[in-house]
Amino acid sequence: MKLRANLLIGGVLFAGVVIAGIFAPWLAHTDPVMDANLMYAEEPPGQEFWFGTDAQGRDIYSRVLYGARISLTVGIVSQLINTVIGVCLGLSAGYWGGWWDDFVNGLTNMMLAIPSLIFALAIMAILNPGLTSLLIALGLTNWSFTCRLARASALSLKSQGYVQAAKVLGYGDLRIMLTQLLPNMLGPIIVIGTLGMGGAVLAEAALSFLGLGIRPPYPSWGSMLSDARDQITTAPWISIFPGLAIFMTVLGLNLLGDGLRDILDPQARARRA
Amino acid sequence: MNENTGDTILRIEDLAVHFPLGGGLFGGPRRLLHAVDGVDLELKRGECLGLVGESGCGKSTLALSILGLQAPTRGRIILDGQDVSGASAGRKARARIAQMVFQDPYSSLNPRQTVRRTLEAPLRLHGISASSEIEGRVADILKRVGLRPEHAERYPHEFSGGQRQRIGIARALILEPKIIILDEPVSALDVSIRAQIINLLLELKETLGLSYIMISHDLGVVEHMSDRVAVMYLGRIVETGGWEEIFTNPQHPYTRALISAIPDPFRRSRGAKITGEIPNPLDLPTGCSFHPRCPEARDICRAPSTPEFRQVGKGHLVRCRRVGEIGMPEKALLA
Repeated sequence: MKLRANLLIGGVLFAGVVIAGIFAPWLAHTDPVMDANLMYAEEPPGQEFWFGTDAQGRDIYSRVLYGARISLTVGIVSQLINTVIGVCLGLSAGYWGGWWDDFVNGLTNMMLAIPSLIFALAIMAILNPGLTSLLIALGLTNWSFTCRLARASALSLKSQGYVQAAKVLGYGDLRIMLTQLLPNMLGPIIVIGTLGMGGAVLAEAALSFLGLGIRPPYPSWGSMLSDARDQITTAPWISIFPGLAIFMTVLGLNLLGDGLRDILDPQARARRA
Repeated sequence: MNENTGDTILRIEDLAVHFPLGGGLFGGPRRLLHAVDGVDLELKRGECLGLVGESGCGKSTLALSILGLQAPTRGRIILDGQDVSGASAGRKARARIAQMVFQDPYSSLNPRQTVRRTLEAPLRLHGISASSEIEGRVADILKRVGLRPEHAERYPHEFSGGQRQRIGIARALILEPKIIILDEPVSALDVSIRAQIINLLLELKETLGLSYIMISHDLGVVEHMSDRVAVMYLGRIVETGGWEEIFTNPQHPYTRALISAIPDPFRRSRGAKITGEIPNPLDLPTGCSFHPRCPEARDICRAPSTPEFRQVGKGHLVRCRRVGEIGMPEKALLA
């Protein structure tokens, strides 16, 4: 059997980030917010400070670990909201058709036409910066691909014999959608959801970089990058390590998504069999 | 609404299904597609009615209307004494009277459900909750269709086409309906499996007292299974009668052409072939809708209004104005 390298590497990277986030209080050397000490400002990476310290003398290693919590929370929760919205709209639109389908299609096209990051920026500008607002802003702006996918799957699945059979057996519409259509379209939805999670991590970093996401002093990778702008030539480690963390997380999620697609795509499975 | 129907389990009166096409914002004038256009049909208890006709003649739409998946434009459907043509008749009540076996056994089973779930879920939906009863009915139905109890735990992809069709039949029977609509039940199967499934269907009909409506292109299967045959053309029934009458003494030129198209290695000459395509159902010909393709067509056939049924034998009705004038069909068609 062929070793699926992308699934393996992606899984290891993602698992590493998850472990870092969950066990941050035990793995970190110092408190990420409180332990500022100007005596040790801008120390290069070394024995005591593995990733060096920032302009306020905070340990970057500890801050990167805690930053994983925020990135993961935002990535997972906002993508869950997106997936639920996209599947509900797309599945019902594809199954019912008619004016509801037209309406959902129009809405999806509108969402696709607006750059989602700009839309999230606008939402963040209205709401107060913070974790909840971030989840809302990113959870409401990125469901159009999931919706398209769910609608297309529902359209092709609803003509299958077993959906007709379920109707003939007296199943209601909701039950047909949940028991007959949804389980058969879940594979691609999971793939899109995983890939979208990488996008959400990037979007969180971008918003925090612009000062509209997580506010300093709380350690978000985006806000850490933003803080490090001035020292990028004098103390490059301040920006390198959060940047690397973002890179590894997004790479891991994308590889994981690709790997899952290989497994979950029934056509690919049939080719291997 | 209950009506005394005696021996008749299903009666269809003047059923029509029209689909509006076009219209909308820039679609121009709305036009109507007459998929089913005034069908009268009767199904007796314990009978198998064969419904034949080429693709697009409306037989599938007719089946969907009987099952309640397609709302009729006009006409009445009386299922087991109850008028179910109104929108009020629920899917669930209808599900316990009429069920369907599908053509393609590969797409008609949910690939993510075990056979047990496929068979149990409808029982639960229809209010049977005692697990001993569910267990018993699933085991019983599997035995009846020739599967083993341990097959219940498997997924559809672990079965062959013939076995899948048996599962499809089990699913149709699980609610103990009275009518089964068979939509080309064997045409997707290997020839070697067809006889098994046909015999299974005939056996189930006897033991469970079922009535069948069998939709098929395959006249050989229709001849073998049907008690009565109805021939459909462009949304109307053009000829109906007992199977022997239809196969030995077909009266409508369309029926004759269909029957002479059955391949027969012992017959030298071919009967009259119909040429041309089925007319556009949006733009039906006047008079008899078969006249553009009919070798026997005369001016009388083109005169407006649809030909009425004429009785030519016991229970043998034909919609053809020239029925007495056309010569007898080639003999020994069924030798």
